[in-house]
Amino acid sequence: MTKKNLTKEDILHIAKLSNLKLADEEIEMFKKQLSSVIEYIDKLQEIDTEKVEPSSQITELTDVLREDRLDDKRTLTSGQALANTKSKEEQFFKVKAILID
Amino acid sequence: MDLLGLTIKDVSEKLQAGVFSCRELVEECFVNIKRNDKKINAFLTLNEKEAFKKANEYDDLIKSNKEIFNKKPLLGIPIAVKDLYTTKDLRTTAGSKIIGDYYPPFDATVVKKLVNAGVIIIGKTNADAWGHGSSGENTDYEPTRNPYDLSRVPGGSSSGSGAAVAYGAALVGTGTDTGSSVRLPAGYCNLVGLKPTYGRVSRYGVIAMASSFDTIGHITRTVYDNAKVLEVTAGLDTYDSTTVPEKVSQYTKILGQNIKGLKIGLPKEYFVKELDNKVNNSIKDSLKILEKLGATIKEISLPHTNYAMAAYYILVPSEISSNLSRYDGVRYGQTREHFGAEAKRRIMLGSYTLSSGYYDAYYLKATKVRTLIKQDFENVFDKVDVLVAPTSSDVSFRHFFVSGQLGRYTGIKCSKRICRRSSGWDADNRPAIFRRVAL
Repeated sequence: MTKKNLTKEDILHIAKLSNLKLADEEIEMFKKQLSSVIEYIDKLQEIDTEKVEPSSQITELTDVLREDRLDDKRTLTSGQALANTKSKEEQFFKVKAILID
Repeated sequence: MDLLGLTIKDVSEKLQAGVFSCRELVEECFVNIKRNDKKINAFLTLNEKEAFKKANEYDDLIKSNKEIFNKKPLLGIPIAVKDLYTTKDLRTTAGSKIIGDYYPPFDATVVKKLVNAGVIIIGKTNADAWGHGSSGENTDYEPTRNPYDLSRVPGGSSSGSGAAVAYGAALVGTGTDTGSSVRLPAGYCNLVGLKPTYGRVSRYGVIAMASSFDTIGHITRTVYDNAKVLEVTAGLDTYDSTTVPEKVSQYTKILGQNIKGLKIGLPKEYFVKELDNKVNNSIKDSLKILEKLGATIKEISLPHTNYAMAAYYILVPSEISSNLSRYDGVRYGQTREHFGAEAKRRIMLGSYTLSSGYYDAYYLKATKVRTLIKQDFENVFDKVDVLVAPTSSDVSFRHFFVSGQLGRYTGIKCSKRICRRSSGWDADNRPAIFRRVAL
């Protein structure tokens, strides 16, 4: 097994991909922990999979489609959707601004 | 009344005969909860008012129509629902603080089916946040304790459901099983846990961990009760396109039949030297009983077992990183810094294994290893009818802290269970060790 040492830059890059902001002590902790896991999962490289097909699911179902029409039973009215929220304005959920100016 | 001694079968018969009422049954649940749950922390939310309302309604129904049990096979059965299950107007947190005040506007398909079958929801149970864990310690709330020994974990991630059934707060606990989360709490709390075959039970409305692995199971006191609940939860759901259009059998009718000639396989890779002697001996004792009943036992091999854990630790975090990306602080609850350390670790690991330059080496490779693991199982099921293996290599362990050590998951303890997960086969966990192993 090859020793894996993720750097602080690696962790910051992964955190960015993950949409996570990390505190300094978290960076240190995840550096160690993720390095050890990645070292462990590298053991799959021992297996020859050249002639093996990938499995992304195991049901063997394909092309499960539904009729293209509105199903009232699986839709909520805006009143139902908003019924339990603490933060709404008229017919909308009210959230913090994402784009400013 | 001693609810701890009752099964679904007993309760149905006694409700029909008028020995006690739904109301008395629900009262007993809440007496037990009030006496114990401050110490055990099985519940995150109680549904007391609604539960009594339902109980009264059902008591009236039983009085006016004794045939109602044919229509509602679980009438009056108190149930504890894992907090990953979406429940209409009842708080649903997934054990996480991110959605700590989420009151969903709809029910999961399974919840709807159970409610239509007559269950009474007692409350929502504690769990490792988002289902990430095997002890219950990764909850964002107070961790659940094992009712048999408060210094031990109840097993996770369906920790509260296992504990609730064990101490008599409900007769059924619902769970989700991605890598052992029903089987472990069932095993550690001396109960019967079922991880159904993937596609058998709808995932719609159950908060997703890893969508191609998640299965919707449950924990009960007896095998009969477990089969009875599956008769209600199983089946095709047009809201979950991964459910299979296969007929739902009357599983309870299959029980108790002659097993003469049944071929049992023992996967040799699961009986490792780390296996606790007490666990091993109790399995051997159970096998002797099965042999006496006419089954034949044969050692078989699942050669890729040793790689299952590594494949799991690529595929599952990859799916987690995608599923948890929706919790962005805009559409749901709190912002992402409120994720616990375990969720952050898994999201980051998944983002890494899916990222540009690493996808082929990790994710694609693991999907191919998954094929090999699946083939291992297909090959042995040509030779044997069922497999018998330990749920875990030991009994419940003692530590109450969130370790944050990923190394912990790479031990033998998890890898055997996870092997069964990657392949999609079901696994029925029965408490073979109850009498033998004092916790």
